[in-house]
Amino acid sequence: MDRFVQLALSGIANGAILALVALGFVLIYKSSDVINFAQGELLLIGAYLTYAMVEQFGIWWPAGVVFAVILSAVIGVLIEQLVLRPMIGEPTISVIMVTIGLSSLLRAITGAIWGVTPRPAPQFLPTDTVTILGANVGVDRLWAFGLAIALFGILTLFFRYSREGIAMRAVADDQQAALSMGISVKKVWAVAWAIAAITATVGGILLMSIFGGVSGTIGRVGLLVFPVVILGGLDSIPGAIIGGLIIGLLQSFAGGYLPPEWGMGEVMPFIILLFILLVRPYGLFGQRIIERV
Amino acid sequence: MQSGTFHTTYASDVSLRPYWPQRIRIALALALALIFPWFADRYWLNLANTIAIAAIGAIGLNILVGYTGQISVGHGGFLAVGAYTAGMMAVYLGTPMWITIPVASFFTAAVGAFFGLPSLRLKGLYLAIATLASQEIIIWLLTHGKLLGIGESLSLPRASNNLFGLPLEWLGNNDFAFYWVCLAFLIVTVIFVSNLFRTRTGRAFVAIRDQDIAAQVIGVDLFRYKLLAFATSSFFAGLAGALTAHYRGVISWERFTIETSILYLAMIIIGGLGSVSGSIYGAAFMILLPAFLSNLARTLSDVVPNINSYLPFLQQGAFGLAIILFLIFEPEGIVKMWRNVKDYFRLWPFSY
Repeated sequence: MDRFVQLALSGIANGAILALVALGFVLIYKSSDVINFAQGELLLIGAYLTYAMVEQFGIWWPAGVVFAVILSAVIGVLIEQLVLRPMIGEPTISVIMVTIGLSSLLRAITGAIWGVTPRPAPQFLPTDTVTILGANVGVDRLWAFGLAIALFGILTLFFRYSREGIAMRAVADDQQAALSMGISVKKVWAVAWAIAAITATVGGILLMSIFGGVSGTIGRVGLLVFPVVILGGLDSIPGAIIGGLIIGLLQSFAGGYLPPEWGMGEVMPFIILLFILLVRPYGLFGQRIIERV
Repeated sequence: MQSGTFHTTYASDVSLRPYWPQRIRIALALALALIFPWFADRYWLNLANTIAIAAIGAIGLNILVGYTGQISVGHGGFLAVGAYTAGMMAVYLGTPMWITIPVASFFTAAVGAFFGLPSLRLKGLYLAIATLASQEIIIWLLTHGKLLGIGESLSLPRASNNLFGLPLEWLGNNDFAFYWVCLAFLIVTVIFVSNLFRTRTGRAFVAIRDQDIAAQVIGVDLFRYKLLAFATSSFFAGLAGALTAHYRGVISWERFTIETSILYLAMIIIGGLGSVSGSIYGAAFMILLPAFLSNLARTLSDVVPNINSYLPFLQQGAFGLAIILFLIFEPEGIVKMWRNVKDYFRLWPFSY
């Protein structure tokens, strides 16, 4: 039982981080129909920027985190303006490839600046453990889950009440109608990339504190985004959150209960992905408008 | 100098290369390919072999992505299937390469058709994500191969490198001998694929790319031709994988990760989608770019002291930048650039 609780809690914490990263992915897809293969690299850059702010420049950590988040939002907007803007109207394969090229470029830049050896993470989250239902759980994981939920709350309020948030929903709903109502679609795209970079950065910071270090491998989370968003529905924000939690839990249980030499934790999400695509390609909450053959 | 398209017979209208300048260029390229190995050292032979193998794989991917319009991010996995099939046959059964290569190619074609099954339900980016999953699943099978009785890496016996009982060493050293093998396979591939798109099957592929519903209406069996496209594409992936296995002598799964899939996609994007010659240009570009950068780093190592430690990042960054710049400034790839050059001379002194 305590093993079950332990696996469940660590799965939920990982799932919440996955959901954060997937949220940015869904936002970009909803507003501009771009499949972003560089989402994991946004996370990587965010984590390294935080590391640089706090450890290398020695800034007081709350301020350092805020600087890193702002800076990565700026990077997100720049990417949208410089790389994705010229790709409007190009075929799917070109848009996919440009984000793949981008991910390679971003990984090269982080590699050139910070090297390949893992860097120790600055300690923000407490590292002691608590006992819940007889299971020892790291407090950092609970914090990660709580912070992710808080960020979801903030974003929900943003989409419901702020001018930009409502404009984003309008563009996602019907781009033409939004344009004719005077909403700047270009601005919405920029905001979408900025939010995607921010959620990825927060995800990166949480992941970095849980692993206790930052290296190129944490960018691999970017690939896990695909099972999450397909499970939840490619254009659904609640889907991203629930998909993230489900994939996180399944990964945790598959890795914990099946023989470790099978390595099921890594491949499980992709088997689910193929299964969902064959059975229900629009996922749990997605719109059923995808073209079938 | 050719100034326009003037066919006077049906034979010239359907021929692949109707004009003398084209034929002369091909003859020159062939002559160059025949002379090259006698003057090149092993470094350049190695590069040429890598390019030839990559070009075969890229042509295979182009059949699927460029001609049939089905995006695949799983080509690396199919290369792995070809390489491991050939490798396991050579290691466990001691089969020579002239048997392993065709067997591996056909087996990969079957595996490719299997992983092409999602394409019957999905298209566009959903299919791309499905192939991404198949790539990850194939690599997982290889890394956890103890379940299937595969080691993580294989060393092929040298004796398996023989053609019809004739050891390849007889031709010369490994690089020199394989140059002829790779060149022969590349030429056969080019001729086969160029002609494929003049047949019923190839036309059906192109029809599916352009408008799948219209293709179905005029009687193209989508089920059959999509699977056939996956199988044909994977056949050449298997061929390239098997050649890699025999040429390198050692295979491990790290060679066939998603990075490889992306590398091949980059080759056909940069070379030109839906073009056989473009696949070759793209393969050459993508293989020569990192080689050029490491040579550059070697010459600059006196001026910039620790440039060598930055080399992997330089190569990776250049790779990403090349993809982005090509897609923004010349989305039709090197083939289009070459056509622009030809058009400039053909139309001179007018601009169009």
